Amino acid sequence: MVNVSVNGKAVCVPEHTTILEAAMAAGVEIPHLCYLKDLNEIGACRVCCVEIEGERNLVPSCNNPVFEGMVIHTNTDRVRRTRRINVELVLSQHDCHCATCLRSGNCHLQSIANDLGILENPYPRDLVTGQRALWPRDFPLYRDTNKCIKCMRCIQVCDKIQGVNVWDLSGTGSRTRVDVSHNRRIKESDCALCGQCITHCPVGALRERNDTEKAFDAIADPNRITVVQVAPAVRAAWGESLGLPPEKATVNRMAAALRALGFDYVFDTSFSADLTIMEEGTEFLRRYQAGDTQYMPMFTSCCPGWVRYLKSHYPDLAGRLSTAKSPQQMFGAVTKNYFAKKLGVAPEKLYCVSIMPCVAKKSECALPTMHTAAGQDVDLSLTTRELVRMIRAERLHPETMAEEAFDSPMGPYSGAGVIFGATGGVMEAALRSAYYLVKGENPPPEAFCAVRGDAKGAEGWTEAAFDLDGSHIKAAVVSGLANAGKLIEAVRSGRVHYDFVEIMACPGGCVGGGGQPQSKDDEERADVRGKVLYTLDKGSALRFSHENPAIQALYREALGAPGSETAEAWLHTDHFGWNMPGVSAQ
Amino acid sequence: MRLSIETPDRAQQVVQELCRDMGHRVAANPPGLCPVDLALNFLRLCHAQTCGKCVPCRIGLSQLETLIESVLDQTADEGTIDLIESTAAAIADSADCAIGYEAAAMVLQGVRGFREDYELHAREGRCICSLKQPVPCVTGCPAHVDIPGYVALVRDGRFDDAVNLVRKDNPFPYSCAYVCEHPCEHQCRRRLVDDAVNICGLKRFAVDHCKDETPPPAAAATGKRVAVVGGGPSGLTAAYYLAEMGHSVTVFEQRDRLGGMLRYGIPDYRLPPEVLDRDINYILAAGVEIKTGVRIGADIQVEDLRRDYDALYVAIGAHANKKLGLPGEDSANVLSAVELLRNCGEGHAPDFTGKRVVIIGGGNVSMDATRTSIRLGASSVTCVYRRRIDDMTALPEEISDALAEGCQILPMQAPARIEADDDGKVAALWTRPQIIGNYGRDGRPGPRDAAEREFRIECDYIIIAIGQRIESDQFEKGGIETSRGALKADLSGYVPGTPNVFAGGDAVTGPATVIRAVAAGKVGAANIDGFLGYSHTIRCDVQIPPAKLSNTPPCGRIQLKSRNPLEARQDFALASCGMTEEEAVQEAGRCLRCDHFGYGIFKGGRTTQW
Repeated sequence: MVNVSVNGKAVCVPEHTTILEAAMAAGVEIPHLCYLKDLNEIGACRVCCVEIEGERNLVPSCNNPVFEGMVIHTNTDRVRRTRRINVELVLSQHDCHCATCLRSGNCHLQSIANDLGILENPYPRDLVTGQRALWPRDFPLYRDTNKCIKCMRCIQVCDKIQGVNVWDLSGTGSRTRVDVSHNRRIKESDCALCGQCITHCPVGALRERNDTEKAFDAIADPNRITVVQVAPAVRAAWGESLGLPPEKATVNRMAAALRALGFDYVFDTSFSADLTIMEEGTEFLRRYQAGDTQYMPMFTSCCPGWVRYLKSHYPDLAGRLSTAKSPQQMFGAVTKNYFAKKLGVAPEKLYCVSIMPCVAKKSECALPTMHTAAGQDVDLSLTTRELVRMIRAERLHPETMAEEAFDSPMGPYSGAGVIFGATGGVMEAALRSAYYLVKGENPPPEAFCAVRGDAKGAEGWTEAAFDLDGSHIKAAVVSGLANAGKLIEAVRSGRVHYDFVEIMACPGGCVGGGGQPQSKDDEERADVRGKVLYTLDKGSALRFSHENPAIQALYREALGAPGSETAEAWLHTDHFGWNMPGVSAQ
Repeated sequence: MRLSIETPDRAQQVVQELCRDMGHRVAANPPGLCPVDLALNFLRLCHAQTCGKCVPCRIGLSQLETLIESVLDQTADEGTIDLIESTAAAIADSADCAIGYEAAAMVLQGVRGFREDYELHAREGRCICSLKQPVPCVTGCPAHVDIPGYVALVRDGRFDDAVNLVRKDNPFPYSCAYVCEHPCEHQCRRRLVDDAVNICGLKRFAVDHCKDETPPPAAAATGKRVAVVGGGPSGLTAAYYLAEMGHSVTVFEQRDRLGGMLRYGIPDYRLPPEVLDRDINYILAAGVEIKTGVRIGADIQVEDLRRDYDALYVAIGAHANKKLGLPGEDSANVLSAVELLRNCGEGHAPDFTGKRVVIIGGGNVSMDATRTSIRLGASSVTCVYRRRIDDMTALPEEISDALAEGCQILPMQAPARIEADDDGKVAALWTRPQIIGNYGRDGRPGPRDAAEREFRIECDYIIIAIGQRIESDQFEKGGIETSRGALKADLSGYVPGTPNVFAGGDAVTGPATVIRAVAAGKVGAANIDGFLGYSHTIRCDVQIPPAKLSNTPPCGRIQLKSRNPLEARQDFALASCGMTEEEAVQEAGRCLRCDHFGYGIFKGGRTTQW
């Protein structure tokens, strides 16, 4: 333990504690901007600089450990003046049109500047103009270079957590800025569209393409029937930035809000998650029994960020993906083919919208392969944040709304479908049904909880082995693309072997998705949100996808059996039907 | 008052100080910066120097600034770059004084030298350059030794850890501590404050106080066999790392003892054999098999090695002498520096007592031959060089030490012919006096014959130190391509066209430095490991002390002291003295810890394994 003094207050902290954290322990908050614990401790913004007795210069508190007897002053005149100037300098290169920024009210820079009472800036505005400020507006990820404060968090999260290295500093000297690495354009890059750079951006420099206007247009179009689906992970997060207490932010209150927005039919993607289990579980057993997983596992295919990563980093392994479409796409296909018939309308009249915790879903639904004879599966994919913006735009107050049920016939869903939103959930749901398919009886619902992944996105992966009636199945679960890359390398080198691997691009799975609400306090919320889903699963009457009566009805009425010709046509996809930029056809 | 004594005013004095500081700063410019941005800002500095009298300089430089800025802002028109070029050419052509035409010439050199970067900026708003390695000394070291790490360890008195950290990237910490040319110091960021940290001197302090000599355990045996030809720094580096990776390594060395040029080329007063032996013993302790006295071609064929081993690393160095082609060069008592130094290394030093010795050449080997001749008892030693002393490629401290030990340097004299006496022995060297002239393509002023009479230097011995050749014939026969005598290998060390041969060191680069040979050995080891189907990592788990919060204020650099030259010239004992503990702690404290501060903490100031 180390004894230090913070603004005259003595405090004892463990060795290696940073000045910032030691101050926190003494109840003193040091303003900071670029710092993100463990990920970005680089002292770039110099806002957290403090005075240490005996040191010549001010010292950044975020990345320097305390030493015995350190005397720290966080609010001296010198510190205050310097902090203010550094924030003013950042502001001089920041587009401060807060009224047209969607991070207004949830922006680190805005709150620091407000807190410091900076009402005018002595430094002239120095923004990039012309071509250097351009960004393609049709790409699912949008970047505003004039809002970027060069905190480097996006670079760090993409390098360290995702291992994709899309971002880097471009140029040197006064024109240094963050841009796509290796002088590439974003559309030529291998960006997985995981959106982790967005959720870790402290300001409004990064966001998803705003598609809310398209949703409002569709709702307003009298010739269209809008069908909306909500992904499992959305329910665990949508209330956060609406200020809803967790007990109010239920999925059925969200259903009420979606109806209030004007959507004609409101469904839960957990339904098609159950459907995915039927198809993917059946496919896995078939491939496993045929010896197909002897050397290389079958990978899950429901995470489009992961699929994009695989298709750019390991294109030769695309055949190892399950051919099952993701729940989003299955839902769209069933809507256009089955639900349209039920309604007795032409599929073209249906406009299928999804609310996803994800940015990559925007690219997935636009893939040339994601359609059936009834048209494009999903017409528009919105993030959780876009849903929240729509609710705010319409001045809706969900906390005052009564809970409402989902529509039918694709209304019912199992707890197994709900846990799709957390790392390990797909695997667990699949194993629950695979057990049934092999043994003809249900396992205890918690039998496979060993595959629940680490929601904190810690290095490595979770593995488990199960005996299904003599079949010895080795499974692994991983989240975060850097971890996924390590797992693939380990599999390829023969150091490990698995039959079935679930991969989610975002740490903690979809609950930590790049389309989820941003935390102003830099809180990583995947863990908390994941627990919500597991609690919902535990409380469900239905715990097994194969027991979902609506799924059984769908097979009975339309699909036949899992893997049938119709199921193949509607619910499976060709991963070789498209390529990532710079990767030639396999 | 008709006249007054002029003294600079306060502002001028401060400007002079700023100019000096700016000079340091420019000299320590890190690699990877945007060349167009630098060109623009150099131009601005030049423009601030203009008096404003003439149009091309006053207005032209200003317009060039605007044009280059538009390129950087990606607002340039098509044709802007051509306009920059033609404007700069016109200014260079028509400015009245050097302030103008030299400024324009710099712009011209840039727009022609890195035009592709200008174009990329104009077209894409991007730059071809980027900062790759954030720590300047680590970037400058060919073997990328973790310098801030070991300097911090020296400061904390952890010498064993410091030396082991060096060994992660360079298994010759002892030898390099004494003879490395320390390219790491060139761009030391401390030069922005005062002067480069004496990194090499600190390494010497570490090895002089290191006690631990146990190599780390090797990886599990792979059963793969690698042959290394040449027991010098490059071959032994490759051998050491390959052994650490679990491969079975045999080194074939043609001489009786290991060390290559470190033993047979560098005199003992610079690198005592017992210091070299500490590196070699450590490498041998890692489990390398050695076969000395084996000549390729005579005792064993390249084909045999290629066939009998899974991979082959060729690092034969550059040990053959170069001839001047002078009349009389085959006279008795004409020696090559390589021969002289090798004979000394083998213990067959000639006796020069009372003899007059002339050395031809201006590089480090020439200085080694000069100082060796002094120690062998020569009554006079004259070093003849065809350019100026400033142009000599030897390290400045080598030249000053040689002069202090009593040699004479005769610059601006090109050897013309060697005069022999009736017995066929050297009697004199005739030289043609030179005049220094225009700068050549190499950026150095070239000498040419002066209108003076030939000059006669009476002497008993002539030692030619004008470079070395590579004895590559046997390898050429063995299927390894050569280019001007050097073995051809790509940047991975692989020799194209062969199934399993890698090469590195002087044999590939031509005569270079120890640290470059070591770096080639490291690269070779990594790629041979990969070629054999492995991806072993070499690492060092030493914990680096955290950086101190504030840096020391400007403080002079500690230089190593030399023994009294009049005493040192009489024997082959070490000529330079290491730092005292007081000096080492102060010098280590000057390190700015670029691994922690600046770009280092962002992009990772440390590679903990390779």
